[in-house]
Amino acid sequence: MATLNGTSNGHGKMLSLTLQIWRQKNSKTKGRMEEYKIKGVSTEMSFLEMLDMLNEQLIKEGKDPVAFDHDCREGICGMCGAMVNGYAHGPDEATTLCQTHMRSFSDGDTITIEPWRAKAFPVIKDLAVDRTSFERIIQSGGYISVGTGGTPDANAIPIPKEAADRAMDAAQCIGCGACVAACPNASAMLFTSAKISHLANLPQGQVERHFRAANMIRAMDELGFGNCTNHGECEAVCPKEIKMENIALMNREYFGAMM
Amino acid sequence: MATVLDSKVPSGPLGEKWEKHKFESKLVNPANRRKFSVIVVGTGLAGASAAASLGDMGYKVKAFCFQDSPRRAHSIAAQGGINAAKNYRNDGDSVHRLFYDTIKGGDYRAREANVHRLAEVSVNIIDQCVAQGVPFAREYGGLLDNRSFGGAQVSRTFYARGQTGQQLLLGAYSALSRQIHLNNVEMHTRTEMLDLVVVDGRARGIITRNLVTGAVERHSADAVLLCTGGYGNVFFLSTNAQGCNVTATWRAHRRGAFFANPCYTQIHPTCIPVHGEDQSKLTLMSESLRNDGRVWVPKAKGDKRRAEDIPEAERDYFLERKYPAFGNLVPRDIASRNAKEVCDEGRGVGEGQAVYLDFAASIARVGENVIRDRYGNLFDMYAKITAENPYKTPMQIYPAVHYTMGGLWVDYNLQSTIPGLFVLGEANFSDHGANRLGASALMQGLADGYFVAPYTIGNYLGGTKLDPVATNAPEFGAVENDVNERVNKLLSVKGNKTPLAFHKELGKIMWNDCGMARSKDGLESALKRIPELREEFWNSINVTGEAGEFNQQLERAGRVADFLEFGELFAKDALVREESCGGHFRTEHQTEEGEAKRDDDNFAHVAAYEWTGKSGAQTRNVEQLIFENVKLTQRSYK
Repeated sequence: MATLNGTSNGHGKMLSLTLQIWRQKNSKTKGRMEEYKIKGVSTEMSFLEMLDMLNEQLIKEGKDPVAFDHDCREGICGMCGAMVNGYAHGPDEATTLCQTHMRSFSDGDTITIEPWRAKAFPVIKDLAVDRTSFERIIQSGGYISVGTGGTPDANAIPIPKEAADRAMDAAQCIGCGACVAACPNASAMLFTSAKISHLANLPQGQVERHFRAANMIRAMDELGFGNCTNHGECEAVCPKEIKMENIALMNREYFGAMM
Repeated sequence: MATVLDSKVPSGPLGEKWEKHKFESKLVNPANRRKFSVIVVGTGLAGASAAASLGDMGYKVKAFCFQDSPRRAHSIAAQGGINAAKNYRNDGDSVHRLFYDTIKGGDYRAREANVHRLAEVSVNIIDQCVAQGVPFAREYGGLLDNRSFGGAQVSRTFYARGQTGQQLLLGAYSALSRQIHLNNVEMHTRTEMLDLVVVDGRARGIITRNLVTGAVERHSADAVLLCTGGYGNVFFLSTNAQGCNVTATWRAHRRGAFFANPCYTQIHPTCIPVHGEDQSKLTLMSESLRNDGRVWVPKAKGDKRRAEDIPEAERDYFLERKYPAFGNLVPRDIASRNAKEVCDEGRGVGEGQAVYLDFAASIARVGENVIRDRYGNLFDMYAKITAENPYKTPMQIYPAVHYTMGGLWVDYNLQSTIPGLFVLGEANFSDHGANRLGASALMQGLADGYFVAPYTIGNYLGGTKLDPVATNAPEFGAVENDVNERVNKLLSVKGNKTPLAFHKELGKIMWNDCGMARSKDGLESALKRIPELREEFWNSINVTGEAGEFNQQLERAGRVADFLEFGELFAKDALVREESCGGHFRTEHQTEEGEAKRDDDNFAHVAAYEWTGKSGAQTRNVEQLIFENVKLTQRSYK
C-alpha cells in the first residue's frame, strides 16, 4: 500500500477507530456486541470499504469476518444497510451505507454497527437480515397486471408531467428496509405506500388501485410489520427521500377500497 | 478440429427475417406449456423479463438470483437511458438507422440479423414498459421526452431521470412478482448457480448453492436460460456490482458452451477517478452528462491551477477539437482512449489520471435548475463520493471497465452450442460487436427477455423430443460431486492469502496488460502471470468459515477461482486478434492519427472458444461475419 503523506492515496486524513459490531452466527443463536480496533482508515474510503479492511484484518488474526449485505456500492440496489450509531444507514442524510464516506467520522471515534432490527427482518448472520417480507408485499399487488406484448403505443396516453414526476419520486424507493429499521413500530408503511403511490399517480395504475391497496396492506399486516404512529423516523432516514405524504395517499386509497 | 458454427440466421431480406422466422417457428399449444419447465438464472433485465414472460405464457419457470431479491440485479444501476427507434422527435430516426448506428458503433463486429431484430423490437419495449407503469420522463404536453447519446445524431434515448435502469428493472420485477404470486414462477433468492447439468448433449438442469444454509441442490428442466450478466469484475475495479461474476457462464463453457470474443470490453469514459488502494469499485457518471458537459484538459503539461483559474484560451476541449461532427458525444471507446492519451501526455488533472467534465457553459445557457432537473441525482452522487460541488467546479472523470461485449456464443435463437442452453443479455456476445453504444444494454436485455426468447424457446421446446429427466439421474449426481469437491477444496487449502487479495492482484494484471491499450508484450506477460497466480491461489488461498453456512468469503473465492481461468482466455483472445476494433485496441494496430485500425480481411469474424479440458488450451473457432446490408468503412465521427 502506498503511504504518501501518511495516507493510502496521497490525500485524505487517516483515522483510528473503535468499532462495536453486532455478531450473531445465525438466526438460531443469540448475538452480542464485539469490539474491534482499526487503524489507517482513510477519510476518502466508503463505510463498506472500511468494513472490507476490517475483515481482511480479522482474517489475518484468525477471526471470523463480519457478514454484511452489499452489492452495487453506488446507492441504488438497496442491498446494504445497518444501524450506525443508532441511525439507519449512518449519519448522512439521504445516503445509503455504501455511499457514506469515512470523512463523516473523526479520529478516535467509537462507531456502533448493528443490523436492521424488526420482527419481519430476522437476522441471517451478523449484519445481514432476511427481507423476504418485502418481496411478499410486492407480490401481493405491487404491479399493473399486464402480460408481455399487446400493449398500446407508449404515447397513446399523455400523462401530465407533474403526475409523472410524482410517480417517479415515489418509484425511487430502493427497498432497503431502513424505514422499517428506524420506525419504533417496525412499520413498512413508507415502503408499501411508495409503491402504491407510484402506481396510483399514473393513469395505467387506476384500474387496479383499490385491489392493490387492499391486498398490499393486508400482506403488510400479516407479515408482522407494525402500524404508523406518525413518528416520521422513516422519512428522516430514507436514502431516497421518500415522503410521508405517500402514507396519507395510501390511507386514502385504502379507505376507497373499503367503501 | 475447428467446429463450424451455424448462426441459423434465416434467409430473406434483412427486414423480413424475424417475421419470417417467427412464422416458421414451432409453437407450443397454451394448454401444453405447463408441461414444460424452464430454469432462468439471473434476474436482471434479461432474466426478469424472460421469467415473467415465460411464466405469463404458461411455462413452469424456476428463477434464481444470488441477491436477496430479484430487484437488486445490477441492471438497476444503469443510469442514462434506453434506445428505441420510435422517431418521436421527427429527426430522421428509423429501425434501419438504429440498426446502422449499432453495427457501426460496434465497429462492424456484430451479426447483422441479430442487430436488426434488436432495432425492430426496440419500439415494443417502450410500449411494454409504459404499460407496466415505468415513469419515463415526460414533457409538459404529457408525451415522452428523449435525450441524445453517444454514437447517434438523433434523440432516441428514453429515460427516467438518472435512474432508467432502476425503473426498467422495477418494471420487469413487478411483472415477475406477479407471476410468482400466480405460482407460475418459483423464485429462489440468495441462491447461486455453481454448475450446469448436461444430459444426452442437452442442458437439463443446474446445481446451486443456497447462500444462507450452504445446501447444494439439484434442479432439472427442459431448458436453461443464463441471464447472468458480464464479467467486468475480472478487472477487480469496475463499475459492476460486487457480486457480478463469470461463474455461471464459465461453468457452462466448461460443460461445452463456446465463449465468444472474451477480450471485447467496454471501458466507459466517464467514471469517478480511482482514489486509493482500498477502493472496492468505480462509480459511473452517466454518458448522458456528455449532452451538457464539455470534456477538457489544460493545453499545457503539468498545469496545476484550479479549473476556474485556467482561461478559456488555455483549455483543450479535445473531443470537440478532434471530432467536430460528434464532439463530446463520440462513442465510448473513442472518448476513453482520448482521455487516456491526454493523461499519458501529462495533461491529466487532479492526481493526473483524470479529465474535466465541465457544465459551466450549460449552466450559463439553461440555468442551474434545468441541469439539476436533468442530472440532479448524478450530481448528488458525485458530491457524496468526492465532497466537491459539480455545479461550481467541473467534475473529474476517468475511464473505467463498465461492460463486456463478449460472452457465450449464441445463434440467432440465442441458443448456445449446448442445445437447450439459451443465453440472454450481457451474458451473450451477440449484438454489440466490439463496442456497445450508450443506452443499448437496457434495450438488448429487455429485447432478449420480452420479445426474442419467448419465441425461440417455444420453437426449441415445440420442435424437440425431450425425454423426462429427474434430478436423481446419474448426470446430476456427478456434477453435484464436482461442485462439492470444489467447495471442499477451497476450504481445505487454509493458506495465508484472502480471496480479496487474489482478486486485486488479478485485477492489476488485467488492467495493466489487457486494459485500454493492449500490446503483444503486455498480453504475453499476462498469459504468463495469470496461470502463476492461479497456481498460487490453489496453494495459498485462505477461505474462513464452513461450507454449511452463510459464507461470503467462500462465495468470493469461488468467483475469483473462475476469473483466474477466464482471465487467461481473455488475454489469449486479445493476443490472437491482431487488429484494433472498438474497445479492443492493440497498440501495434493504429492509424497515423491514433485511431483503431481494423483488419477486415483477417478478422471480420467472431472468435468462439471451445473448452478442451485444460485452462488456456481452448480451441479457437470462427464464425465469419457476413455484411450484406452495410458497407464496412473506417468509423469516422469527425
